[in-house]
Amino acid sequence: MHEEDEFGESGVVKRFMYVNRKAPYGTIYALECLEMILIAAAFDQDVSVVFADDGVYQLKKGQDTKAVNMKNFSPTYRALDDYDVEKIYVEKESLEARGLSADDLVIPVEVVAAADLVEIMAAQDVVLSS
Amino acid sequence: MMLHTINKSPFERNALQSCLRLAKKGHAVLLIEDGVYGAFQGTAVAAQIAERMADMKFYVLQPDIDARGLGESPLIDGITPVDYGGFVDLVAEYEATQAWL
Amino acid sequence: MAYQMNGTSVETDEEGYITDISLWSKDLADLIAQDENIDMTDDHWEVVNFLRDYYEEYQIAPAIRVLTKAVKKSLGPDKGNSKYLYELFPYGPAKQACKIAGLPKPTGCI
Repeated sequence: MHEEDEFGESGVVKRFMYVNRKAPYGTIYALECLEMILIAAAFDQDVSVVFADDGVYQLKKGQDTKAVNMKNFSPTYRALDDYDVEKIYVEKESLEARGLSADDLVIPVEVVAAADLVEIMAAQDVVLSS
Repeated sequence: MMLHTINKSPFERNALQSCLRLAKKGHAVLLIEDGVYGAFQGTAVAAQIAERMADMKFYVLQPDIDARGLGESPLIDGITPVDYGGFVDLVAEYEATQAWL
Repeated sequence: MAYQMNGTSVETDEEGYITDISLWSKDLADLIAQDENIDMTDDHWEVVNFLRDYYEEYQIAPAIRVLTKAVKKSLGPDKGNSKYLYELFPYGPAKQACKIAGLPKPTGCI
């Protein structure tokens, strides 16, 4: 139960990075990872999120799942700001390979080249990839 | 004649590549679920389908395109979008269906 | 467990959250509130409606910290603080108010 901040100011804060590499609807990974991100953020951890490979499709604007009868969870990425998750990176190479640009995405992100992502990733305490 | 269905992203798996390598002239390919990511112009995999456009037919399931927010993105020339009814018609029209999982 | 509403049965999970959000109604909310020992006032409804709007917009029930912040932003600091929200919903505003609003358990609430 996380009603008030039981962890208090004395709680340990680690740098958690979540690396999203899967498209949103073909598997459950994307939705599960989003839940993990929100939970880590609710526990006041230092959270970064990366979208690479097919993970960039999770952020594609204009998703409409009515006809496939699944929940469209793309609006939830817009709540990341409320959860104080502000470090959101998208790998430049992955976007370009899919003919996409930052304008195609539901939230503002930092587009970074793989070479720079290397350094950001190496600086984390915990990296969870899905 | 055979209908091939592909439900994996061509960026993540090689199901589309293998299908295009092994499918015979005159066969049809239907892209569904994450397979639809292969259907668009301007991607790194677009050339693979374009290369076989002359001797095969290509279809893509529109509800799966809409779910993924790609309804406005241009399809590779020659790919025909179908709805669920069209999916059923294709399965009925071809003698056999092969699902590339 | 299930609530009976006008002859239809509305199922809940083992913690009392209704499982099909589309079956929610104001009457059902009153029924759930009774089970939570809450007498619904305009102030309660304001928070419940706020949560439903938040869910409509973002497709999640917010964690308490996020709810408090969002309420503060939209209804002002008098209401956007945990004291006010806990007075309305003593067993946890995110949990109790979400249950009454017909939403799933808040994300980030284990």
